[in-house]
Amino acid sequence: MRTKKNVIMRVEHLSKNFVIRSKKLTEKNKILHALSDVSFDIYEGETLGIIGESGCGKSTLGRCLVKLHKPSEGKITYYGRDLWNLPDYEKKKTRRDIQMIFQDPYSSLDPRKTAAYSIEEAMKVNGIGETARERRQLALEALQQVGLDIQHMERYPHEFSGGQRQRVNIARALCMEPKIIVCDEPVSALDVSIQAQVINLFRSLQKTYGLTYVFISHDLGIIKYISDRIIIMYLGRIMEYYTAEGIYSDPKHPYTKALLSAIPPESPLAKKERVPLTGDIPSPIGDQVGCPLAGRCSHCSERCRKEIPKLTDVGGGHMVACFLYE
Amino acid sequence: MTMKFRKKKAAAVSEDLLGRDAAIAMLSKERKANNAWHKLARNKTAIIGLIIVCLMFLLAILAPLIAPYDPNEINPILPFKGIGFPGHLLGTDDLGRDILSRIIYGARVSLIVAVGATLVGACAGVLIGLCAGYCGGIIDAVLMRIMDGMFSFPFILLAMILITVLGNGVLNVIFAIGIASVPGFARVTRGQVLIVKEEEYCNACRVVGVSSLRLLFCHILPNCVSQIIVYATLRVASAIISEASLSFLGLGIALPTASWGSILRVGRDCLTTAPHVAGVPGLFILVTVVGFNLLGDGIRDVLDPKMKQ
Repeated sequence: MRTKKNVIMRVEHLSKNFVIRSKKLTEKNKILHALSDVSFDIYEGETLGIIGESGCGKSTLGRCLVKLHKPSEGKITYYGRDLWNLPDYEKKKTRRDIQMIFQDPYSSLDPRKTAAYSIEEAMKVNGIGETARERRQLALEALQQVGLDIQHMERYPHEFSGGQRQRVNIARALCMEPKIIVCDEPVSALDVSIQAQVINLFRSLQKTYGLTYVFISHDLGIIKYISDRIIIMYLGRIMEYYTAEGIYSDPKHPYTKALLSAIPPESPLAKKERVPLTGDIPSPIGDQVGCPLAGRCSHCSERCRKEIPKLTDVGGGHMVACFLYE
Repeated sequence: MTMKFRKKKAAAVSEDLLGRDAAIAMLSKERKANNAWHKLARNKTAIIGLIIVCLMFLLAILAPLIAPYDPNEINPILPFKGIGFPGHLLGTDDLGRDILSRIIYGARVSLIVAVGATLVGACAGVLIGLCAGYCGGIIDAVLMRIMDGMFSFPFILLAMILITVLGNGVLNVIFAIGIASVPGFARVTRGQVLIVKEEEYCNACRVVGVSSLRLLFCHILPNCVSQIIVYATLRVASAIISEASLSFLGLGIALPTASWGSILRVGRDCLTTAPHVAGVPGLFILVTVVGFNLLGDGIRDVLDPKMKQ
């Protein structure tokens, strides 16, 4: 039923490579494949969770969506329009529509500007509010939305706690009236008790304004709680892509199985089967041959080492990139 | 303008249990506490620095009213009189000129050169540094190689070339010393920009649509300013000395005009017989430099929100 909703953003065959400059004269430049052939849709009003271990390209993907990185290949369309080929008058509007919450609340606010300044500046450059007084009022309302108040306006970032800073960041994103908010591990730097508060704030804001979230995290519990659909990423590729319930109840891909088996059982008496992965994540530098999981997977076959599996539908929109399900 | 969140207000749970009036009172209190002048006023060392610098400037401005003699009046029968000689509080120099009067008039030249040259150097150097650090790539390479080229000349040589081209005079001395101090400012600024521009808040600004120019001047520059100020206070001191060196070589201010540097130079020749001739202007340079350093430290603290007391 969710798939009947409007597609707000579509990512098609997105790849992002970074060139690593060689240090020696005779050495060739190396290429780091941060994202390879990533395609998915984001629907209006949903929360799309993206899980993966460190260095799998989650954050790069998020930054591509807000135009901080220019994709090497593929395209991102927003309501059917290519994000990187917009006419000038739409660029500004689109910028407002797609906002981002950063991972580290300690570095994502300018240490020399007050909370109110950060929010008012965002409004000023986008022409929201005509006078400084009006913007101040709007900034106050945005702060109140996220559980801060008038006494927090003139404070500098170092005077806030981590959770409060993240709230200021949320207020700044919110005052732009965005359609999509890309949340790049927004709670991983916070204490567990504060995490719950901020996550609930995200949910209540979504209900109020019908926001669409792209929620990037490595925390399986949080993703399960907040997401409608989930993308499992590994080494710059999508491994599995389905609804949250579907993935947690019936994981298909060996990587997903291993990932989910790492969640501790809810009862200490319950026995849980662990699917261990051996070895380390391979280097994303250089050309890739075969399935990225090939070296660590217990189902690895000869074919896995030679070919890269494509994402295929195994029924009901459940996409898996594994030869076991072809 | 319809802000969506005007209509529905989510349950906003304030973390402080303050009343509305108390919150507003606190807001205005914090706003006052953040005010630059109030912060400067609370910083004791900065106030001492400010007083010293203001006194020196008063000395320079009111020179004709304060000075007991004409600074260039030669009195051949009273050369090399020591400190406390009746009628000449700080003694006289080789030609019997009153040192106190020369110091007071000399403050005009020395302070204008010191402050002017530092401002010229800082403005140009900071702009070049910002540009090089932020743009990177070929612009960075070209700008910084030019700066390296300027660095490779000894300071005095560079100033000499400029004076030869521009000619003598206070304004030209200011420009010569200022231009010679550009590469230092450019380097300090560029290094800091390279650090600051990678910070996450710069990305956050780009996401909300802040333009590069605004990002550069409203976010990156303020975060580099403490290093620049520290460097600038050091440059003020060396600009006074540089002016003295240039005057010594006959390239600075034309001779009878008094400046602290030129008095110092006269005193150098008679350091053993009449140490006060060099000592007094040296002391004034020292006090002024200390004043600028204290003031610079204070301004740096005032601009840093973490230093709120």
